[in-house]
Amino acid sequence: MGYTAVKGGAEAIAAAERLLLELPTEAGELRVELRQVRHQLKASVDKVMAEGGVYAPDLAALAIVQTEGDLMEAAFMLRAYRSTLPRLGYSLPVADREMRVIRRISSAFRDVPGGQVLGRTRDYTQRLFDFTGTAAGSAALNAATPEAAAASLTSDGSDAVPWYLPKVSDAMRAMGVMDQLPKPSDDAEPFDITREALRFPASRPAWLQALARGESGALLALSYSSIRGFGGIANHGTIAELRAGDLPLQVVHPLTGLPVTIGSFRATAVEMTGNEKTKDAAGAKGDRYGLSYGIVFGQEERKAIAMALLDSTLQAQAPVEGEPPPAADQEMVLYHSDGVESLGFVEHLKLPHFVTFGSGLQATLERSAVASGAALREEEPHSHGPGDEPHTHGADGAKQPSHGAVPTAG
Amino acid sequence: MTTDVREAAGTVAGLAETFSYNYAFLDELSKKAIRRAILKGVAIPGYQVPFGSRELPIARGWGTGGLQITLSLVGPGDVVKVIDQGADDGVNAVNIRRLVERTSPGVETTADTSAATIIQTRHRIPEEPLRKDQVLVFQVPQPEPLRSVERREAETRRMHGEADYSRMWVALYEDIVQNGRVTRTAGYPVVVNGRYIMAPSPIPKWDIPRLNMAPHLSLFGAGREKRIYAVPPLTSVTPLEFEDYPFQVEQFYGQTCLRCGSDTTYLVANPTETGTLRYVCSDTAWCDAALATKGEEVRA
Repeated sequence: MGYTAVKGGAEAIAAAERLLLELPTEAGELRVELRQVRHQLKASVDKVMAEGGVYAPDLAALAIVQTEGDLMEAAFMLRAYRSTLPRLGYSLPVADREMRVIRRISSAFRDVPGGQVLGRTRDYTQRLFDFTGTAAGSAALNAATPEAAAASLTSDGSDAVPWYLPKVSDAMRAMGVMDQLPKPSDDAEPFDITREALRFPASRPAWLQALARGESGALLALSYSSIRGFGGIANHGTIAELRAGDLPLQVVHPLTGLPVTIGSFRATAVEMTGNEKTKDAAGAKGDRYGLSYGIVFGQEERKAIAMALLDSTLQAQAPVEGEPPPAADQEMVLYHSDGVESLGFVEHLKLPHFVTFGSGLQATLERSAVASGAALREEEPHSHGPGDEPHTHGADGAKQPSHGAVPTAG
Repeated sequence: MTTDVREAAGTVAGLAETFSYNYAFLDELSKKAIRRAILKGVAIPGYQVPFGSRELPIARGWGTGGLQITLSLVGPGDVVKVIDQGADDGVNAVNIRRLVERTSPGVETTADTSAATIIQTRHRIPEEPLRKDQVLVFQVPQPEPLRSVERREAETRRMHGEADYSRMWVALYEDIVQNGRVTRTAGYPVVVNGRYIMAPSPIPKWDIPRLNMAPHLSLFGAGREKRIYAVPPLTSVTPLEFEDYPFQVEQFYGQTCLRCGSDTTYLVANPTETGTLRYVCSDTAWCDAALATKGEEVRA
């Protein structure tokens, strides 16, 4: 008694994969090198690392080449890779004032301690095509380093910029308009969304983690809805500080117990601030400046700002009546901003659904059959060989009232 | 390592030197965490256990929940069957089976239901009755049976905790009032062990009665939504119904499978250009075996 081997499905996907093996290159065309992707498509690498939740530029570059530039698929590859690695531990917390800065601006003030350092940015360029192809090689690479930033002019005219710049929010705290930072928690281990499912209402560490890995477009759309005032939040905040640069990665040495720096990673941090009305215990009214935060791997400034906006809307009190606006609704933001989850479920519609679809179709056919009293249109069963799709009616065309053989245990 | 680390850094060859996957892909601590969630689910039939769902090389929404359960359970000697809509050769079932084969040496795969120790399924229960030594792992898109009446997770958890299911019953009642019957089809809500309302995954109504007091363990994995739940062996599973509007499975009006002639299995209908429908068994392994048996009977 034989069970038919898989028929058709395995061959089909093997054939589909063989098509993938043939890279869409012409004869003699060079394959893209990982370092070309890392250096010349840096923004893509940054997005893939941030959404993949793994700081691994070479793997991100390989994923980008392998997926032919599908950045969400590439992030998906990094996420999957995470799941085969054991969790070794957690780094020590790092304050972004320890950042070796390559770029730092503040929108809240014209000048700030340490100055406005534009750094290497497209913000003030005209988006025109460069057809000359003469962009410099190694010089351009150096511009994205702290050394190069140190050589650039600052807003107060001095030539040299120290790598470490004072924080704008520290100045605001010194002014007395912003609350002091809370003491760091005693918890050695933070809530980790990659190890536990999110529960609602979610804590701030949980939603910040989710936003840090969130898909840029989703976060952009939701934060945009907020600053446009969709749903009632009209007063968008102001960027107290945006800083990009290298942060140290510190862990506790397993033998000495002392902090040790094991490397550094590029990150972009945004602090947003806005006026909030307060009432103290005695009922006296006042106001203060709140703080919201966004931080991402690499230099995706757009996402860091979006993240800070959403941190702000998620911190806001929900309205007394009615549904909160989408950007202030935890479940709306956190359930729908993960790229890997959203691409998976939306694209799963390509999977066969004929059993579930058929269940509904049978119900529809039942109703019309019951309503009209007509028999369901049907094809006469007839004799045929195993595996054949029947084409013609057999001589013994009368329907067999068979009950189907029950297969014996093989 | 045969290559100099600094030279190899930044090259594909350099990456390949240090790369490896763990047995059954997931790292051991992840598998342990998932097994603990499974045990909790078995201890509380029908209750959705939140778990730290890991991403896999297969997309969210394509079976990562079922797969995390399967990968956490397999070891050398296991025999795994994977089906999608009842078919072993569904392309996604093939892909999932390949991932198991590739990452788990010592694990065999099969299309033979009776030979399997673990069966991972998308939206069908195999026609052949399972034994108590077999585990059926369901892929679940939406683990929350109350989602259609309440959008918020925080609120549905409260409803389950307090067994406050009135809104679900009212929704079914309104369905009858408006349509003359309950119009829900695949994924019909059920009560497990007399306590929790559970989403059985989008299996046809046909399969619902087969969950009740089954001798095998049923495990349900929702990877994207990050919930695991279970129906232990010999546990009551009953569809939500009213005394005067009892639950009914799909009707096929005397249709039989065009291949094997069965009228006792769930059939799927393929349309022709003229609008007629050709019915065949959804469970292809069962259908193949039935056909082979008939062939022998005819030849004998």
